[in-house]
Amino acid sequence: MSARNIVLATVLVMTGTLPARAASEADFKAAYAAAEAAEKQADQLRNKWITTETELATAKKAAAAGDFDAAIAAAREAEALANASIYQATSEKTRWKDMEIR
Amino acid sequence: MVKAFSLASILALALLAPALADDKPDPAADQKAFQEFFVKKFPKVKYDDFVNGPYSMDEGLHKQWEEKEQFPPYEFAVETGKEMFSTPFKNGKTYADCFPNKGIGIRQNYPTFDEKEGKVITLELALNRCREANGEAPYNYLKDEMASLTAYMAFTSRDKKMDIKIPSDPRALEAYENGKRYFYTRRGQLNFSCATCHVQSPGERIRSEVLAPALGIMNAMPIYRSEWSGMGTTSRRLATCNSQTRAVPLEPQSDEYRDVEYFLSYVANGLPISGPGARP
Repeated sequence: MSARNIVLATVLVMTGTLPARAASEADFKAAYAAAEAAEKQADQLRNKWITTETELATAKKAAAAGDFDAAIAAAREAEALANASIYQATSEKTRWKDMEIR
Repeated sequence: MVKAFSLASILALALLAPALADDKPDPAADQKAFQEFFVKKFPKVKYDDFVNGPYSMDEGLHKQWEEKEQFPPYEFAVETGKEMFSTPFKNGKTYADCFPNKGIGIRQNYPTFDEKEGKVITLELALNRCREANGEAPYNYLKDEMASLTAYMAFTSRDKKMDIKIPSDPRALEAYENGKRYFYTRRGQLNFSCATCHVQSPGERIRSEVLAPALGIMNAMPIYRSEWSGMGTTSRRLATCNSQTRAVPLEPQSDEYRDVEYFLSYVANGLPISGPGARP
């Protein structure tokens, strides 16, 4: 690639005019597997969130419709929510005592 | 040096002892503290009125409820439950054969701790076990038949004082402690515990609902809720509380739900059974 082309490509990327690579089914599967693993851990802690389940369902539905960008976004959201529920369950193992009537 | 070390050890132990004592489970002390907390927080509420949930918190609501009690919405459930209770199973036996005192006036003793099994047995669970032992299919734990049966059984126990026992069995104490922990633990995306609403905020509103105090909350079960347009059991109430905080509800009669019912019922010992109740 000539120096001129490199400059042109850089400009296109910077201005957002070069189309980003479309997400693939493999990218979705990886994102979904990570979300599912986190949710499984939340389940073991008996602390699943409804919103996590909703995002997982949304991700599956979008993937089935071939919209892998949306599917990956939902899977990542699900993973973040599941991680938050894990954090909550873990920290509450001792923090619940702060609320106890004594 | 040895003398100084011994002195330091004694001092350390003396400082640590109260902290260790604080962590030792003491249901009787919990019960006293729990009841005193609500009495102090709501000095104008008549003690026995705590079992009437949101109606004890708001004078206007209390008046509406008194009028509603003229033709209570749970009446049909009590009638249905009475009929179901006396209708024999296919083998000729009835629910009365499964319970002490033929099942009449015993609501105040549930949940109970089964030392044989080492677990908490709620009234709903005992009813389904009775059905299964007599060759009948178990009922849905959340509403309909189960709500009607428990409504009738609660009705026969009206005004009897809640009387939950924690036997001298480490497993019973553990179940009680697990129930307590469940009650105070935050969960769901909204980061609420049961106590967030029913200890920190009774009398306050969440949208249009006036929150009930935790003290005596089990005494009114099962309940007719206008929001549900029907009756619901304790299992339904616990599952709904979970979903309202955006937590996925546990399966009905899971250990956690049984234990939290045990805890909440024990700390309400001495308060009258008011179930079945009616709620907005």
